[in-house]
Amino acid sequence: MKDIISTGKVVGVNGNMVTIEFDGEVLMNEVGYVKLNTPQGEKNLKSEVIRINGNRADLQVFEMTRGIGIGDVVELTRNLLAVTLGPGLLGQIYDGLQNPLPQLAEQCGFFLDRGVYLDPLPAKEWDFTPVVKPGDTVTRGDSIGTVPEGIFTHRIMVPFNLLDTYKVKSVVPAGSYPVSGKIAEIEDSKGTVYPLTMRFQWPVKRAIDAYTERLKPVDPMVTKVRLIDTFIPVAKGGTYCIPGPFGAGKTVLQQITSRNAEVDIVIIAACGERAGEVVETLKEFPELTDPRTGKSLMERTIIICNTSSMPVAAREASVYTAATLAEYYRQMGLDVLLLADSTSRWAQAMREMSGRLEEIPGEEAFPAYLESVIASFYERACLVRLKDGSTGSVTIGGTVSPAGGNFEEPVTQATLKVVGAFHGLSRERSDARKYPAIHPLESWSKYKGSVEFDKTEYARRVLYKGNDVAQMMKVVGEEGTSLDDYIVYLKSDFLDSVYLQQNSFDPVDNSVSVERQRHIFDVIFKILAAIFDFQVKDDARQYFNQLRQLFLDYNGSGWDTDEFTAKEKELLDLLSSKQKDIDETAAQMLETTR
Amino acid sequence: MRKVYSKIESIAGNVITVSADGIKYEDLAEVSSAHGRSLAQVIKLKDDKVALQVFAGGRGISTGDEVRFLGHPMRISFSDNLLGRIFNGGGQPRDNGPALTENMIEIAGPSVNPAKRIIPRNMVRTGIPMIDVFNSLVESQKLPIFSSSGEPYNELLARIAMQAEVDMIILGGMGLKYDDYLFFKDTLEEGGALSRTIFFVHTASDPIVECLLVPDVSLAVAEQFALQGKKVLVLLTDMTNFADAMKEIAITMEQVPSNRGYPGDLYSQLASRYEKAVDFEGAGSITILAVTTMPGDDVTHPVPDNTGYITEGQFYLKNGRIEPFGSLSRLKQQVNKDTREDHRALMDGMIKLYAAYKESMEKKSMGFRMSDWDTKLLKYGEIFEKELMALSVNIPLEKALDKGWEIFAECFMPEETGMRTELLKKFWPGKEEK
Repeated sequence: MKDIISTGKVVGVNGNMVTIEFDGEVLMNEVGYVKLNTPQGEKNLKSEVIRINGNRADLQVFEMTRGIGIGDVVELTRNLLAVTLGPGLLGQIYDGLQNPLPQLAEQCGFFLDRGVYLDPLPAKEWDFTPVVKPGDTVTRGDSIGTVPEGIFTHRIMVPFNLLDTYKVKSVVPAGSYPVSGKIAEIEDSKGTVYPLTMRFQWPVKRAIDAYTERLKPVDPMVTKVRLIDTFIPVAKGGTYCIPGPFGAGKTVLQQITSRNAEVDIVIIAACGERAGEVVETLKEFPELTDPRTGKSLMERTIIICNTSSMPVAAREASVYTAATLAEYYRQMGLDVLLLADSTSRWAQAMREMSGRLEEIPGEEAFPAYLESVIASFYERACLVRLKDGSTGSVTIGGTVSPAGGNFEEPVTQATLKVVGAFHGLSRERSDARKYPAIHPLESWSKYKGSVEFDKTEYARRVLYKGNDVAQMMKVVGEEGTSLDDYIVYLKSDFLDSVYLQQNSFDPVDNSVSVERQRHIFDVIFKILAAIFDFQVKDDARQYFNQLRQLFLDYNGSGWDTDEFTAKEKELLDLLSSKQKDIDETAAQMLETTR
Repeated sequence: MRKVYSKIESIAGNVITVSADGIKYEDLAEVSSAHGRSLAQVIKLKDDKVALQVFAGGRGISTGDEVRFLGHPMRISFSDNLLGRIFNGGGQPRDNGPALTENMIEIAGPSVNPAKRIIPRNMVRTGIPMIDVFNSLVESQKLPIFSSSGEPYNELLARIAMQAEVDMIILGGMGLKYDDYLFFKDTLEEGGALSRTIFFVHTASDPIVECLLVPDVSLAVAEQFALQGKKVLVLLTDMTNFADAMKEIAITMEQVPSNRGYPGDLYSQLASRYEKAVDFEGAGSITILAVTTMPGDDVTHPVPDNTGYITEGQFYLKNGRIEPFGSLSRLKQQVNKDTREDHRALMDGMIKLYAAYKESMEKKSMGFRMSDWDTKLLKYGEIFEKELMALSVNIPLEKALDKGWEIFAECFMPEETGMRTELLKKFWPGKEEK
């Protein structure tokens, strides 16, 4: 798998960085292997050139560096750090360098041995159907043929690194072929012939750009979390971040999203977090069925897993590995969601390396290029029109783990500058067991949601006012609050408890379709807009308690069932029993949308 | 025979430099000085210069002292002979027993393949109701005990060491006061638990480098025992001292500090230790309980903060009790469904009423009039704190649950507790007999 071009010799070791002296040429960011003699035999440790100075180069080693000595040989490959693309990626569990972990476990047992690199693609045969014939002209990214991969049609494409225009010389007839077998030959303008297989490599740190144009993300990426889809939506091809202190439910929110999101493929990058949490996903996903396809959820998922105790340099690479795989499937006209948990650990990996390189530190010792690196990572999310006219998208959602839960820190701030939506988790809400613990007033989104913006803004204003009244009530008590203010407070509390909060353990409430969100939001809107006829606060409170209880039952009843219709009628009857008028602004909104 | 080098070129803090060749990264060496011998570890190689961290510290080392390289990284002997013994961070005996040299194993080995991990499923019973009932400890869990300096965290650890239903205990002490070290030793000896315990102790007066080795040595030994099928509980006290030792060394090494002087890799360093907690399918397990003192009782301090992001919950020790509100065991759901049918409901019910008690206390302290309900709650809170929360209580889970019902019956009418009717029928004391 590796072609050795030149070699060097180790002249220094410091943590996971080695310095080598080389003859000949060295390429920035090329991959090298440190040859290490151990009692178990020779091992080759993968590493990457990260600085070149004269005839010396610094390499970050993706493995433990114990036992490396001065004079050890380093082989340089002339290739950038790359991943293998081809059919068979779906359902896999990789480490940050695309090493398949289950296969590694078969070979090495409980522990992750150094220097073992396995083929990321399973050696199996695929049913290939050609879509080109000899004589056709193709360029990079064009399909040569397709293979069925689970529920998807996997396009076998001209490798993205072939930049010329090519003529198809030969292509195999439809049939079953091994993943590494030759399926076609193409010839460039100078007459050189390239044999093609179903697989090729692409460097992880370069975004795949074999498309016609980038489009503006508009369609919502439905997560089936009411608070997100209605108030702080995410668009397909957009970006969002979830910062929050520990224990506020970042990982749980991502797990819920990875299950319910309405996208074709989900790529989970568990980056520097607890191994235990990944294990839950690993063990549960094969058991869960995807409601959209009826197949196991694992068939649409790829897990990149570089947990906190795995080598830190590979952690830095893992988010890029995930992004590259996402872009590859985007090239097939699919919608891909990339969930990175957590980008803070990725930034910390950069900080560690920067420290070893003795670079001048920026804020909190993060490197000065932190912001631009974060920005270029999130910029890999996009909606694109492909050459055949179809569209594909990569949506990126990253969690951030700010130190002390304080959002005024470099990683959160750098992330907020570049994302399209901010889902800030709050300790207060998670302590009060209000899940999802996204703070509805502090969070924002620049994307268009599934519910009319005017109406959600109206609801948001109720939340703001209710929050103000609640603050005031803490000082002056319930007695000092006017009845009108008190009703606003009850309305906002009602909206919070029946719409913003969602019970992830309830079989119905755990995922709410957009259709249902629109429908029940209309009911809520009527309640928020109603002007009520109450004499005393106790009446109002009791009434709202009743409403809430009914609405929670309504939330728990299946969509479009008789129970659902019955509950809705009960709710609306209860509403009209006390309603004397409707708020004027709201009435206008109802008028225009009708 | 290995070459001996007798020209030390620089000594800065605990780090010495010699010119040598054929040396491997992280190899050990022995430095012989007028004050005795000490081990040292290679921490940096640059051309022919080898930087070594001397475990006993740089003080008293002369430029003419001998450095002899051993040709292997840090290792520790592993066998059943370790049981009942006390060692320092470097693995040398501190109990006058013989040094152990057979079956040497490397410390700080590779991490476990996530694909080989399993979902935790067994509870570790400790006999402490605040843990067993309210925040169950689960095999392979990693939990810190957050506490401020004056709290009886070492007493708590000692109790857990004596009572926990595990095969063996490994106690790693970092920066322990000598008194605390003796306290642990005496308590376990009196309780008869010494024979299933291994100590790795670094006291406050020992060289700081040895402090860094304690978690690695403890966990390496634990890992071997776990692979042999033992259920191992590793108790570490105090991880803040460990982090401070790391800080001290990083600063003398002129590394760029990140947050309050701690090195930028604090998270990774802590994680690589805590992540050793594991349940090996078909073999044993490692469970980690680690004291983390919070300077200034501040949970946002870098050490508890980073720890919270790594561990699976935390016990919050306050005013001599495990506080039910700040504490959380993220894995308790995995086990408390299979104990007894009333476990979860009772856990929630008791905490809800205890929260109500706290509100009543607040009202009382502000001089409001107490209603009948408030008086009931005040009584409940007091009994709850005395009979279940106190650290001295040592009863098995089932007894603790029964005790919970008794407390309910003493303070409330059945319908006031908010418990489900079928549970009330089955468990409310005094009814089913008649």
